Formats: sequence, structure tokens, C-alpha cells
Amino acid sequence: MELILLLFTFILAAFLGFELISKVPSQLHTPLMSGSNAISGITIVGALIASGQQDYAISKWLGLAALVLATINVVGGYYVTDRMLSMFKSKKDQ
Amino acid sequence: MPESIINVSYIVAAILFILGIKMLGSASTAVKGNRISSLGMLIAVIVTLSKSGLDYTWIVAGLVLGGMIGLVAAKRVQMTGMPELVALFNGFGGLASLLVGWSEYEKVRTEGWGVYMEKVGDAMPGQWFLALVIVLAVIIGGITFTGSIVAYLKLSGKIGGTATIFPLQKLINLLVMLGAVVVGCYFITIADNETARFWLWWVIFLSLLIGVLGVIPIGGGDMPVVIALLNSFSGLGAAAAGFVITNTVLVVAGCLVGASGLILSMIMCKAMNRSLGNVLFGGFGALTSSGGKQVEGEMKALSVKDAYYVLEAAQSVVFVPGYGMAVAQAQHVVKELSEILERNGAEVRHAVHPVAGRMPGHMNVLLAEADVPYEQLCEMEEVNAIIPTVDVAIVIGANDVVNPAAIEDEKSPIYGMPIINVHQARSVFVLKRGQGAGYSGIINTLFFRENCRMIYGDAKATVGSMVAQFEE
Repeated sequence: MELILLLFTFILAAFLGFELISKVPSQLHTPLMSGSNAISGITIVGALIASGQQDYAISKWLGLAALVLATINVVGGYYVTDRMLSMFKSKKDQ
Repeated sequence: MPESIINVSYIVAAILFILGIKMLGSASTAVKGNRISSLGMLIAVIVTLSKSGLDYTWIVAGLVLGGMIGLVAAKRVQMTGMPELVALFNGFGGLASLLVGWSEYEKVRTEGWGVYMEKVGDAMPGQWFLALVIVLAVIIGGITFTGSIVAYLKLSGKIGGTATIFPLQKLINLLVMLGAVVVGCYFITIADNETARFWLWWVIFLSLLIGVLGVIPIGGGDMPVVIALLNSFSGLGAAAAGFVITNTVLVVAGCLVGASGLILSMIMCKAMNRSLGNVLFGGFGALTSSGGKQVEGEMKALSVKDAYYVLEAAQSVVFVPGYGMAVAQAQHVVKELSEILERNGAEVRHAVHPVAGRMPGHMNVLLAEADVPYEQLCEMEEVNAIIPTVDVAIVIGANDVVNPAAIEDEKSPIYGMPIINVHQARSVFVLKRGQGAGYSGIINTLFFRENCRMIYGDAKATVGSMVAQFEE
């Protein structure tokens, strides 16, 4: 994708991030950090591409290591966030 | 799958991430928000897997291995261990970004820069840009990785929680950072040279070093800010990797996380009334004995039985939890006690200071684990407004966040930080294991006040015996 569009997207995403987060109450900061940490595991996409190469051995192994790490980040991150969030119950649910 | 469908799916994934984060903002929609975000991730992964030209042999192994490790770790961890696990996962994400950047460099190197740049065409304004984003992905990823590992070690108690300071530290840190920047720039200028690889290794090494040096001087009380910041970095690292391989979803998602972590750190800093620069470079936490006047008076102890008499008659009670409650795993007995007090006719609140605990919102998670309904959880401003009408404030393992020195003593390292004004309540009970100074080592003037009583012992046992008193 053209660089200038990519940069544009980057800047828009930054503004969006600021807007979204300023509204979150401090109660939910921990699940938020955990949840956004899981999203940062999006690197898995890059790792998949890198580790799926048919040539370029070194590049592939580096990509594979990245894949394992990013997968841990993603799977563990979402699961832990889910665990935290399922505990937030209202009096009504009790 | 054709590129266009893949790109559209990436857009869908990004939308789901955005919706997910938005829904994480309210307790009633938060669970769904996380699930929607994970759906976005799933789409991104599946669609990437469908790209042509991929060799699946090792991919499957990698996914399975990573998935198992992540799942087992996440299932097993106790709520008290949550902050350090998030720090660890964050570090892994950072390392992954570093490796993706490095991997792409190796690929370009083998293929030949000329050939690669031909293929990439308009997406890159030139060789220098590719080299630049590779360096950025490596530096950001590296700092995130080692910084997060140090944070993990500090939070889990495997290394000391107080700041590690050594002479000339600020100078050394500055030199290392400059070194990384200089070597990085040099690498960019000679990127297509055979020897460039050697210099990239240096950038990697220096970045890893910066991560360590940057986090070890940060004292325990400031860890929540550092974690939020490292969270932000891991997002930026992903975005940088996204520029390296010109992948939109990495850039968008990475930037989203980057911005969210940054604003969270700024919110934390405001809550402590210190600037981000001060937290990162101020060496706080080392100022244990210096600063702050000597306190006069003595700390008065109270027995559980006497505490019971006061609590029995109380009309309004506020609990102020801190990390000590987490350590003692006392949140469940606290919930029992609050239920008893409510049945007894008192109004019960749990006041959570924004930086209580090891991670922002940590206390809320623990109280939620104990099934404390979230309507009883109050923020600092709400509680401070009504605190003079409160009969008993029960401080459990919280320290700095209730220390009046922050308001009164200009020389105190925590001066200016907004606190929960428990000293204004009619009575204060402080539950503490012993007489020592807390995690940050600062003397708490609250303990010496007239209306304050200390109840020594393990928080869980103490609260448990209070419950028992009521049940007699």
C-alpha cells in the first residue's frame, strides 16, 4: 500500500486511540492494558508471512521465533483478559 | 485468496479492534469487547494464512507451540500474578516485532536490495526508508522486550523492587541511547553493504541494553506507569514492523495500541502529579531516607475485638485496598466483611486510588474476583468528597496513596500526588503486617495521627477474625 496512505492511516489510528482511551474509567485500566497488549500481538501477521517463506533460511527461522512469541502474546493475552473481565459482576447478576 | 479480499479483511479486523477497545471502556460491554477484538485477530490470522506462496510446515508448529504456552500460562496464573504476566507477554510481543524487522532485513540482504526495491516499487520512497523502519522496529522491539522482562522480574519479586541506582547512571544511559541512534543512522546509510549486518547486530544489542538500563532505576511505586508505557511501545513496535513489510493491519492495530498505552501512562502520571519525564528519569524510589521531616508521636495499636466495637456501630465504612491486600489474598474476606457491615446497616464503599497496586486498575480486578459488586467501587474524587462523614476508613495494605505527607510535606518525594484523604475520616484502621516502611520506603505520617489505629498482622487473618467477631 502506498506509503503516504499508510502514514495517513497511522496518524488517524493515533487520534482514534486517544479518543477511545480517554473515556475508560480507571476501574478497567488493568483489563484494558491486558486487552490492548493482546492486540499488539498483531505482529503475528508479520511473523506468519516471515516464517512461511520457502527460501531465505535465516529469515524464516527468525520469523518462526517471532511466530511462537507473537502467538503466546495473542492467545495468552486474550485469555487472561477474558478471565479478568468475567469477574466484573454487577449486584444484579449475583 | 486475492490481495483485495485480504486487504478488505484486514480493514474488517481493524474495525473489530477499534470496536473492541471501545467496548472495553465499560464494565457491561467489556467482555464482549474483548471477544470481538479476538475475532478481529482471528480474521487477520486466517486471512494471512490464505496468502499464496506460504510454506505451512513450520507455521503450524509455531502456532501450536505458541498457543499452548500462552494458554497454559494464562490459565494457571493467579490474579495477583496478573501484572507480571501481562508484562511478560508484552515483552514477547516486543521481541516478535524485533525479529520480524530483523527477518525482513535478512530477506532483503539475501535477495539483494536492488531486486527487493524493484518488487516493492511505490510502497517505499527508497532504500533509506526501508532501512529506517527496520532500525525502528528493532530498537522499539528491543527496548520493549528487555524493559518488559525487567518489569516482570521486579513485579514478581525476583529482583529488588526498589530502584537500582549506580554512579554516572544518567550519563551512561544517555550514552547508550545516543550510541543506538548513531549506529542506527550509520546502518541506514550503508544498508545495502555486506557489512551492514554487523551494525544491525550492534543496534539490536544496544536496544536490549537500553531496555534494561531504562527500567532498573524505576522504583516499585512507579511500575504501573512503566508497564503502560511498555505496552504502548509494543504497539509502536508492531506498527514499525508494519511499515517494514507494508502491512496495513499491523500499522493500524499497532498505532491504536501505541496511542492507548501512551495516554494511559499520561493519566497515571497525572494521578501521581508527576511528569512522565520525572518518572522515567527522576530516579524516584531511591529517595527513601532523604527528604521529608521526621515524624513525631507514636503509632497506636488496636486489637481486633476493639476494632469490632467501632465497626459494629459504624454507619459508613470505606475500604482502601492496596497491594498488601493482594499479597495476603484478603479480597475474599474483605468482601465477607463488607457484606456483614452492610447487613448491619452501614454504607460500604471500596475506594480505589488510580495507582494502587502494581498495575492500574489492579485492585479493581481483585475486588471483582471477590465478587464485590462494581457499584461499591469508588474513585478517589468521589470518596474524598464524602470522607469527613465516614465513620471508619479501613486501609488494607495501601500506603503511599493514603499518606498525608503528599499534601503537607513539601520535601516528601510524593508531595503533590493526590491521595485518598482517609485522615479526614472519623477513625482510620490501618492493617499492616508489621511496623516496617512500605514498598516505596517512605514514612507514612497517617500512622501517627490521633484518629489512626494500627492493626498488625496478616490482612487476611485480621479481617477473618473481624468477620468471626460479627458472627459471634
